Amino acid sequence: MDWLLEPFQHAFMQRALVACILIGFLNGFMGGFVMLRRMALMADSLSHSLLPGLAVGVLLFGLAPMGLFFGALSAALVVALGAQLLARGTRVKEDTALAILYTCAFSSGVVLLSFVKVRVSLLHYLFGNILGVSNQDLWLAYGVAMVVLPLLVAAERPLQLLLFDASVARSQGVPVALLNIGLVVALVLTMLSSLQAVGVILLLGLLIAPAATVYLLCDSFPALLWGGGALGVFGAVSGLWLSYWLGVPSGACIVLVLGGLFCVAYLVSPRYGLIPKLWKARHFHKESLARWEHQH
Amino acid sequence: MSSHSLHVEDLTVSYRRIPALHHVGFTLTCGSAVGVLGPNGAGKSTLLKALAGLLPLETGRITFHGREMKGANQEFAYLPQREMVDWDFPTTVRGVVEMGRYLSVRWWKRFSQEDRLAVDAALEAMQMTALQDRQISALSGGQQQRVFLARALAQEAHVLLLDEPFTGLDQPSQEGLKLVFRQLRAQGKLLLISHHDLGSVPELFDQVLLLNGELLAAGPVADVFTQENLTRTYGTRVFSRIDHGLAT
Repeated sequence: MDWLLEPFQHAFMQRALVACILIGFLNGFMGGFVMLRRMALMADSLSHSLLPGLAVGVLLFGLAPMGLFFGALSAALVVALGAQLLARGTRVKEDTALAILYTCAFSSGVVLLSFVKVRVSLLHYLFGNILGVSNQDLWLAYGVAMVVLPLLVAAERPLQLLLFDASVARSQGVPVALLNIGLVVALVLTMLSSLQAVGVILLLGLLIAPAATVYLLCDSFPALLWGGGALGVFGAVSGLWLSYWLGVPSGACIVLVLGGLFCVAYLVSPRYGLIPKLWKARHFHKESLARWEHQH
Repeated sequence: MSSHSLHVEDLTVSYRRIPALHHVGFTLTCGSAVGVLGPNGAGKSTLLKALAGLLPLETGRITFHGREMKGANQEFAYLPQREMVDWDFPTTVRGVVEMGRYLSVRWWKRFSQEDRLAVDAALEAMQMTALQDRQISALSGGQQQRVFLARALAQEAHVLLLDEPFTGLDQPSQEGLKLVFRQLRAQGKLLLISHHDLGSVPELFDQVLLLNGELLAAGPVADVFTQENLTRTYGTRVFSRIDHGLAT
């Protein structure tokens, strides 16, 4: 059992383990909403637009976590809500508006970071470093989880209705606009809490892969959410553990583990997997052939 | 005005300031199946969505059982066109029908026995009890329509607004759905159904609304569903795009 537990004897690995559990669950749970709302690419744009906020945060407050937090939060919200405003006011569609806004935001982040006197590596924000999480980062992730999760659980039914059919939801009196904004805010908070650990680029994998995997395995909305959370924890922890023994970057390792699990589900899921589907098709064909022969 | 009636007066609904429905008014009584007929772009879907509270009214009012309806409410259930639904959504037949109870239960509260019974009864009425654990993409087109009808029943809605329910259904499913409509009508529901197959109108509906931007005729099939009215409805373009200076 030593090989299993040995990595977690170091203090930095223990902190990383707690971080994995917190952000793994939060991202996996949130992922179900993002996938069904078809916000995956929007989430990608938003994660990139965190960068200028981080740059402004560093410029104004140095590397203080709260400065970074509010900087990134406001940058992402400006891009998300700005895209909606742009889309509403003109003939430009929301994805187009988002593409322009987020690349501009990302670029201004790159430019701003070159002015920063403190030596901050851009790479650090792009790929994160879960081994470097501080106690403050952990408290931040904990705080976000304690705000976002209860709200999502409380609003689970109206959110399900909204995701399934927005027009029917509206006809039943669900506050559609409010819940949409709430989802975007919850998404941005979730991404912020995971920034230190996996970085701007890999965020999306941790967010989407668990939910996409569970989506191939079950037909229940609550199971998608809770299962996504559980799988997020499992993938993050085992990715961290693997990265320790293999000596590779932990964020990438976590995303690869989750991607591997998705591939397994894609191939062998009893109901929606590729292999059972091929097998069933042939099986069914045989059955109908037998019936046909029987009749003639 | 009878108490068991839906009363619409002077209803105008516009998209980007171009009216799709113009000063429409009619009165319908519960326990009837009403066909909403008219050419493409006549405002059939617009009328159903406006009744469901999905579109803002430019003018006019909607009264049901003598009470003015504003926005969303429990009495009206809107059933979207089948291609508008994400059938791969991770939910079962029962899950969809349970969504009909979401209005009557507080967001975070658990379902009560009463809710469960209402869902059971709705499934039973639409003969979907045996299929209740199926994922919704593993159903035929007719069964999918019945799931949404069951959801409307679980909601205890009195007015069912259906947008082209027969589109894409095979013959046996169409027959099954006709039977269900008759049954619902007998229970005192008011069904408003947008429809384009004129041949099946007499056997399906007891009343029709003939629309083409404005209401051209409304009333019992025997009186209103005449060649003359149909020519007026389908032959003229009352609020055509040309009138608004747009290319057709």
